[in-house]
Amino acid sequence: MRRLIVVAIPYLWLLALFLVPFLIVLKISLSDVALARPPYLPQIDWSAGWQGFHDFLSQLDFENFIFLTEDNLYWKAYLSSLRIAFLATLMTLIVGFPIAYAMSRAPVHWRATLMMLIILPFWTSFLIRVYAWMGILSQGGLLNAFLLWLGVISEPLTILNTDIAVYIGIVYTYLPFMILPIYATLEKLDESLIEAAEDLGCSRTRAFWLVTVPLSRPGIIAGCFLVFIPTIGEFVIPSLLGGSRTLMIGKILWEEFFNNRDWPVASAVAVILLLILIVPIILFQKNEQKNREAEG
Amino acid sequence: MNRLSWFNTVSLTLGMAFLYLPMVILVVYSFNASKLVTVWAGFSTQWYGELLRNEAFLDAALVTAQVGLISSTIATVLGTMAAYALVRLGRFPGRTLFSGMIYAPLVMPEVITGLSLLLLFIGLNMDRGVLTIVLAHTTFSMCYVSVVVSSRLVSFDKSVEEAALDLGATPWQTFRLVTLPIIAPAVISGWLLAFTLSLDDLVIASFTAGPSATTLPMKIFSAVRLGVSPEINALSTLMIAVVAVGVITASLITKRSALRQQREEREAARAEAQATTPFA
Repeated sequence: MRRLIVVAIPYLWLLALFLVPFLIVLKISLSDVALARPPYLPQIDWSAGWQGFHDFLSQLDFENFIFLTEDNLYWKAYLSSLRIAFLATLMTLIVGFPIAYAMSRAPVHWRATLMMLIILPFWTSFLIRVYAWMGILSQGGLLNAFLLWLGVISEPLTILNTDIAVYIGIVYTYLPFMILPIYATLEKLDESLIEAAEDLGCSRTRAFWLVTVPLSRPGIIAGCFLVFIPTIGEFVIPSLLGGSRTLMIGKILWEEFFNNRDWPVASAVAVILLLILIVPIILFQKNEQKNREAEG
Repeated sequence: MNRLSWFNTVSLTLGMAFLYLPMVILVVYSFNASKLVTVWAGFSTQWYGELLRNEAFLDAALVTAQVGLISSTIATVLGTMAAYALVRLGRFPGRTLFSGMIYAPLVMPEVITGLSLLLLFIGLNMDRGVLTIVLAHTTFSMCYVSVVVSSRLVSFDKSVEEAALDLGATPWQTFRLVTLPIIAPAVISGWLLAFTLSLDDLVIASFTAGPSATTLPMKIFSAVRLGVSPEINALSTLMIAVVAVGVITASLITKRSALRQQREEREAARAEAQATTPFA
């Protein structure tokens, strides 16, 4: 009895507030534009039993998805989200790896503090961390002022409201997600393996590429997924740092919903976004499972 | 390896500068008398004064605190139950679906979660306001809580619970007197995580809040969208200060309790050594 309560309460909560809402999105994405205007009432007519369910099914159509394929905007936005997420992940890796590596080489009594310093920004508001860059990257911002003062440039650069600003924002806010898993694998790395490589005639750099990098692969893969997956649906960064030409699907969905009020299309956009995400999520889970097996 | 090579020193220094410089700049410019970021017009606290006189911000802060406290508390209870069910109760019908629903919200893009909950609330004809934001925040943060708590439940020795049951404790007593104290640190950090997630959330709150309730992130977002405003600098500084104080206090407390535990273990080991070798 008690067992039942412990399972049932969170179970029912998630069914009602996670699964059912998601099924509603699926349903609306498949419904006729005319029917899908608020208040959405003719959904399922439960009182009519099977006949009601049948009517409900017969209302489904793929109109919204066909609309998505007809308008260039959408598939361009999906591709551009994937491209931005991919490049941003790569940049985060390039910035994050040396930091994780240096942390794992730091004296043992420093490591807890360094780790804390990496996690701390995660506890401060995401929105504020993105906002901080608006003041730095704007035309009259600090970065331009600094570069002008150095004499590197003679006219302020336009960085804010371009894709470059989006990349900077993503690298900045997601950096801890890249550093921590890489640090975790590098910290466990057996120092004697590198010494052995050096004894056998490897130079330091060759030992790094032939021993350290391959052995830190699980951490690199985990870090890349942890950055890549949430970045695809990112909304805050492209809308604050990006320009009107920055196409990201999270932003499109938001605008479709709040500006155009086209709910069926917004729902269809959401369904396709999830379909795109399923592949990396499955790959990520496989990687995690492999890690667990390698450890256990 | 005791000293850092120059390469490692440089990458750590640059890394930390990259992480912290933007926030330091924000804090410094919150005390700037000028409205412009590039012009330093002397030290002033006027933006703090203006922030505190701005009722819209104060109202939003109140809503945010309310939502955060209620939703993270419910999420902690539900998330702990879910973790216990997953780790301790073995097989039950629909377990796969259940664990799927625990992990799925962690990777679900916020725009989708927000959209789907909004459509649910509209379907149910619910007035949108504080209640709907609380329901939404509870749902996604309970999943984070259950992940944190279940990792602690997995790592602790089940035989302690079995011993309590063997000695005649009821399951509820066992949970209250044995399990809960052991998983308490995870439950507390789960609550803190849920609370921060709720304070931080813009997207889901925007979808689920009606015209009657505005949270602080929603307020900040609409102010920031219009351009850089010095009031937001002051607000950011206050938020950073709160987080820094909170995190430093928490780390001091855990450090102290870890030290105490170490000392107790050492003393116990010494007492045991004396008891087993009485003639030494």
